[in-house]
Amino acid sequence: MKSFNYHAPKDVKDASKLASSSSAFLAGGMTTIPSMKLGLASYKDVIDIKNIKKLSGIKVSGKTVTVGATTKHVEVATSKDVKKAIPALAKLAGNIGDAQVRNRGTIGGSISNNDPSACYPSACIALNAVIHTNKRKIDAEKFFTGMFETALKSGELVEAVEFQIPEKADYQKHPNPASRYAIIGVFVAKHKKDVNVAVTGAKSCVYIDKDLSKKLSSNFSVSAIEGTEVKSSGMNSDMHASAEYRANLVSLYTKKAVEAC
Amino acid sequence: MASLVGSRVERKEDTRFLQGKGRYTADINIANQTYAVFVRSPHARAKIKSVDTSKALKSSGVVGVLTGKEIAEDKIGGLIAGWAIRSEDGSEMKVPANPPLAKDIANFVGEPIAVVFAETLDEAKEGAEKVKVDYKVLKAVVDPAEAMKSEAIHDGVDKNLCYDWLLGDRKAVDEAFAKADKIIKVDLINNRLVPNAMEPRACVVDYNTASEEITLYTTSQNPHLSRLVMSAFGGVAPENKLRVVAPDVGGGFGSKINVYNEEIVCSWASKKIERPIKWVAERTESFLTDTHGRDHVTHAELAVTNDGKFLGFKNETIANLGAYARVFGTVTPTYLFGPCATGVYVIPAAYSNVKAVYTNTAPVDAYRGAGRPEATYTIERLVEKAAMELGMDKTEIRMKNFPTQFPFKQTLVHTVDSGDYVAGLEKAKQMADYAGFEARRKKSEANGKLRGIGVSSYFEACGIAPSAAVMSLGCGVGLWESAEVRFNPTGQISVFTGAHSHGQSHDTTFAQIAADELGVPMENIDVVHGDTDKGTFGMGTYGSRSLTVGGIAIVNACKKIVAKGKRVAAKMLEVNEDEIEFKDGEFVALKSNKKKTIGEVAFACYLPGQRDEMKSPIPEGDEPGLIESSFFDPANFSFPAGSHICEVEIDPETGNVKVEKYTAVDDFGRIVNPMIVEGQVHGGIAQGIGQALHENTQYDETGQLMTASYMDYTMPRADNFPEFNLGFTCTHATSNPLGVKGCGEAGAIASPPTVMNAVIDALGGQEISMPATAEKVWKACKSIKKSNAKAA
Repeated sequence: MKSFNYHAPKDVKDASKLASSSSAFLAGGMTTIPSMKLGLASYKDVIDIKNIKKLSGIKVSGKTVTVGATTKHVEVATSKDVKKAIPALAKLAGNIGDAQVRNRGTIGGSISNNDPSACYPSACIALNAVIHTNKRKIDAEKFFTGMFETALKSGELVEAVEFQIPEKADYQKHPNPASRYAIIGVFVAKHKKDVNVAVTGAKSCVYIDKDLSKKLSSNFSVSAIEGTEVKSSGMNSDMHASAEYRANLVSLYTKKAVEAC
Repeated sequence: MASLVGSRVERKEDTRFLQGKGRYTADINIANQTYAVFVRSPHARAKIKSVDTSKALKSSGVVGVLTGKEIAEDKIGGLIAGWAIRSEDGSEMKVPANPPLAKDIANFVGEPIAVVFAETLDEAKEGAEKVKVDYKVLKAVVDPAEAMKSEAIHDGVDKNLCYDWLLGDRKAVDEAFAKADKIIKVDLINNRLVPNAMEPRACVVDYNTASEEITLYTTSQNPHLSRLVMSAFGGVAPENKLRVVAPDVGGGFGSKINVYNEEIVCSWASKKIERPIKWVAERTESFLTDTHGRDHVTHAELAVTNDGKFLGFKNETIANLGAYARVFGTVTPTYLFGPCATGVYVIPAAYSNVKAVYTNTAPVDAYRGAGRPEATYTIERLVEKAAMELGMDKTEIRMKNFPTQFPFKQTLVHTVDSGDYVAGLEKAKQMADYAGFEARRKKSEANGKLRGIGVSSYFEACGIAPSAAVMSLGCGVGLWESAEVRFNPTGQISVFTGAHSHGQSHDTTFAQIAADELGVPMENIDVVHGDTDKGTFGMGTYGSRSLTVGGIAIVNACKKIVAKGKRVAAKMLEVNEDEIEFKDGEFVALKSNKKKTIGEVAFACYLPGQRDEMKSPIPEGDEPGLIESSFFDPANFSFPAGSHICEVEIDPETGNVKVEKYTAVDDFGRIVNPMIVEGQVHGGIAQGIGQALHENTQYDETGQLMTASYMDYTMPRADNFPEFNLGFTCTHATSNPLGVKGCGEAGAIASPPTVMNAVIDALGGQEISMPATAEKVWKACKSIKKSNAKAA
């Protein structure tokens, strides 16, 4: 690991001031630290945001659940409020990685990194989340822009994620047996007017399967999507799973999620 | 006094391990030490045009940089192949030089080219990045099946062929096949495995400039053997100037048998730079450079009669050695594989032909089971397929071909001294509720799942020793084992063993057997191992040999202690030696019932003479002290055997395979500590299930290891297993006085075919290769569905 300057600011303003093109924000460090150790990334300044109190915590209002950026997966998984408002979100958080990862990893880190196999991004777009940053509010569907790419600009920091509470929702994941990241993960959310089927792991970036979402919006049942072919074109094909297998899993796990709702 | 042998004594070593007090190589620091980082080839095959160390030498904190050029100039020898195997035509095997630092050509990704020593680890890393190696990248040979048709990667090794070995009689096999009603054929790939010991390899070297002695602390399964190899072949230092210490070692599984490049280089370099050196592998280095296991491509055939009698067996295998032949690399796919490939069956005619090839991949060597898992997979897939094709019950066909007379002269090499294969399989059937399987299959079917049952009966040759046998088969050393028992004046006992514990619980098991022999509490006994300065000599631990060879040396040394004790006690009690009986730690004069405890006798041995009350004369011809040693070389291998039964359930929609039940019945002869043996079986089965369902080592066509981290290489985890249902049968080994047989590898030998037979049974006989990953199984389910639809 190359040497770097370590900062631990107490508020977002200071954190933002320290940011530059050669800095990184550090929360759980689940990706940043291994990347630095392997020499894949190096920074002049590492800005640890864990001491910024306002970035952590869970708030539930009538229509939304807001999770602070440095809230750990284990906190979301075990929160009574989240379990009550959006049980699928607690379930998702409870199955990320392993116990060590859940005790350190944070929602802000996960979505800012936007790993194509991460679980949280699917919840964000299925639950019409709004991403609060220190500069603005961004709709989730505009936030995730590509593989490891987001709409965040240099020095911009995620402060919280505000999820819309759905009528029903479920998350189903087929974990990679080695890493336990999602080979595919499907987040199905039934809102008052429509249904979102968000898929992670299958392509270079999380996306809404419009066809499945549309069919389920008009009839929220497994029979509505029975026989619907999920196309494998554009899906990832690697040593862990072919595109064809992933397409089968998307179809299968969407049905499982609908059944579980 | 109750016997300790046979009881579930808790492990003496657990307290220190569970409290984090284990002392591993990486825990050792020497004042003024430097840190080593190796510059490794990023290419699978490349000419090294030049190595420029000038920038690295100027880098902050760098103490020295050494390359293949310097090590060649100092005439330091390379890594060795420990067994000489001859080809069928009588020619000697072809072994390329394997220098500790590659000078002219790199042959696998991760092969060390240069080494940087610096004041801190970060500085060493920084320095290593500044070593500039100019490569000319060459086309790599990766696929073992294609190796013989590819360009030769080593000078003088035509067709990349190390040897083309034959064991058995082709003509007799042809005749047997001509008489067969049916020929059963399988094409198998025994997947390459990365050993993944929990502790990565490491070494710390301390060169004493005054005594010119090198102390090497290292992660080795066999410190004495490492010293021998480094002295005799490496020329690093004479044996009396080289001390090798293998302290606590966190798992080996065969991957820590070899003396590796890093140990040779750091030992040599410590003398050169006159500073201590520390090197600890990162996990990626373990993946890339630890010796891997398995990697066979096999075509095998079994000739059978319509009523299920086996007539003949043939086995044509290509074994991948990787880039170089290492210590057990050449014997693993020959004598550890070929003889066991006929399994636990009477097969009148058989042969095994193995072509061992070099490829631009990490060297392949012994890995838990070494050759015997590959053998068992071959025969047990054939037998299961034969049952299926003949429409016979899979246990009945096995029973029909088991030997019932022991000693059993197995077709190819071994004479198996004892066993009862029928009893083992009967017990396994009962424990697994084999009879109730059809009902369970129907229940799974009703839930949309496919259920399968698989059986595997195995035997293996372990307790790797008999020097006469192994040397006649090409081994470069004798494989006896030694022990020394020191009865100290105040009653405590130090037992020195040449075996090495890296998870095998020797502290406990060896103390149990010594306590029984000497009639003292096991708390009084310390087992000492892992240091060439302590104890006599040793061949180390692998091939399930610690107890069956090393343990017996301890027993024999204890017997010598007791024999001398009898002579001394007789003198002390003023009776004839033949009037003394030794029982439960006491020497008793039979007529008078006068006694001396073994502690009193030991004390007397150190204080020979008479003064006041003390009467401790040493008998004439005996010397003072009570220290005895023994070198044990058994007459034969030991032959554990057993039958395992597995049930799996497949979800055809995802292809997920769930191991529902796993039953193992093993015959390990007399068992010293059932709890420890069960632990060994659990670990072995877990590794075998890992091979069958999860572990998928993959190189791409350029020789890059794609599965070089836990993000991509699937290690089996607790949630992949059901509770293992273990049972034992017992026939004593006749080749050692305890009647024990090795147990360390059996689980990994028996389980891959057991699991795969169950998976293939669930798939209605459709062949599938290891590891049976979810996607592969899903595809197989789809093709079954299609063919069923066609049939309908």
